[in-house]
Amino acid sequence: MSAPDLAVESNLRALSQQADRRRPSLQRAPLEGRALRSGILTGLTWIAALLAAVPLFSVIYMLFVEGGSRLSWETLTALPPSAFDLGGGFGNAIVGTVVMVGIATLISVPLGILAAVYLAILEPDSRLADTVRFLAKVLTGFPSILAGVFVYAVMVVTMKTYSALAGGVALAVLMLPTVVLAAEQAMAMVPKKMKDAAYGMGCTRTQVILKVVLPTGASGILTGVMLAIAGAAGNSAPLLFTALFSDYYLSSLTEPTASLAILIFNFSGMPYDNQIQLAWAASLVLVLIVLAFNILARLIGRQKY
Amino acid sequence: MHANPKMTAAGASTAPAPVGNGVVMDCQLQKVFYGDFLAVRDSSLPLEKNKITGFIGPSGCGKSTVLRSLNRMNDLIPAFRFEGKVTYHGQDIYDKKVDPVVVRRYIGMVFQQPNPFAMSIYDNVAFGLRLNGFKGNLDERVEKALQGAACWNEVKDKLKNSGLSLSGGQQQRLCIARAIATEPDVLLMDEPCSALDPIATRRVEELMVELKENYTIALVTHNMQQAMRVADTTAFFGVDISQGSRTGYLVEMGPTKKVFEEPEQQLTREYVRGEFS
Repeated sequence: MSAPDLAVESNLRALSQQADRRRPSLQRAPLEGRALRSGILTGLTWIAALLAAVPLFSVIYMLFVEGGSRLSWETLTALPPSAFDLGGGFGNAIVGTVVMVGIATLISVPLGILAAVYLAILEPDSRLADTVRFLAKVLTGFPSILAGVFVYAVMVVTMKTYSALAGGVALAVLMLPTVVLAAEQAMAMVPKKMKDAAYGMGCTRTQVILKVVLPTGASGILTGVMLAIAGAAGNSAPLLFTALFSDYYLSSLTEPTASLAILIFNFSGMPYDNQIQLAWAASLVLVLIVLAFNILARLIGRQKY
Repeated sequence: MHANPKMTAAGASTAPAPVGNGVVMDCQLQKVFYGDFLAVRDSSLPLEKNKITGFIGPSGCGKSTVLRSLNRMNDLIPAFRFEGKVTYHGQDIYDKKVDPVVVRRYIGMVFQQPNPFAMSIYDNVAFGLRLNGFKGNLDERVEKALQGAACWNEVKDKLKNSGLSLSGGQQQRLCIARAIATEPDVLLMDEPCSALDPIATRRVEELMVELKENYTIALVTHNMQQAMRVADTTAFFGVDISQGSRTGYLVEMGPTKKVFEEPEQQLTREYVRGEFS
């Protein structure tokens, strides 16, 4: 190699060493102030998230431990035992809960979706819509026992009997705002360009709502409905004043009716081991029903297209 | 095709003297307001049968507003007010007795952003047919519309897939297929290529030229080359700022070649030469 070449090479080396010195280190430095703070805060959010999950998991754990052993075909179908009896179950309470939640769904879903159509599409900016939206939000935080008292005054007093019908109406009062607000949001999220496309093809407003807005928002609406059902199934306070309880299977909608929530309330306070075990098992069944509806809501919530 | 849709009742004599193949639509716009804002004034545009009429002009000149007035899409904007007349086969579509919903069945629209429904490709195209209670062979008509919109070969194996799964250019052709499936008379296209890349744009432009065999087309475009390539007639809109507000109006309308090469108005000349925009 000739001399000038060598000179060039050493020059280059010097230059690259200089560059090395100027180049900042890109290595991770976990103990450096910024990184340390970031790490601690990340850890705190993890702990907070875990703490939020602890109550749910500990409740489910306790229910399986205490109630799981009593779960059998007999407990799911038999009638509640009397004071010193062994065995028995809560079949009538499951039927009662299903029937009353069904009545509440039949009332609140059509009403709620129609109201949501008004709020989201027909007159979203009118004074009536503002008022309804505000009241629906207030109603979501409404003490559920007051819904029971309200229906007691309206239905139980006038019909002179506690009934499944009254229980269903009380649950409907609690479900309605959830359905309205969820359905409104789902419909308002349907993009304007899709509505334009439908109008541009000569759809009437009714057709735009029925063929584009409702199908496109359907998954969101159904998610809201499922969450409302899950909430209603676990509610006991409104049923205390409306459906009361019964030791027998439901034979008519206008008589006192058993429900899981009230059965748990009644049996858990009794001084008999058998009843207390049944209360645990009924709690487990109730939580599983609520969980099933929540999972269903998530599955339906997935967009198809 | 649709020689005389049922909207045509009376007043055919008020149509202006037919030019070429005859005037399908004649827009005699006096004033268009959004609330108190005068958006467009004094514009008279005849749309000739089986021709593409291009609307060009700078931003805010009201070309989209005029286009959307032609099938009463602007009625969906609460503060919108139209003064003047739009005759379609001699009938004023702003007449109180006219149902805007019926107007839009004969005067279809393709939008700036592709807007397929959240449904399968097939259901998107069949949408308008089902809406109108079509009783014939749905598969056949869907295929025909997709072929008409030059996207049959690309989608024929995935008709059950979501319309939203297609690329932007394919979505726009799907929207055109959806618009022509019901065989409207007039197609309004509001910058249909502005969201597309050049290759997709070229395909949609070729499609427009094919479509004019059967349809009368009004095309809003920001792209002067596009107007030169596809429009038979060009309408140039300007903005009047003399009243302290921005009001659009029709400056000049004529055969595309004439508007671009020897326009009558100084303003048109400056615009088509790219001296302002």
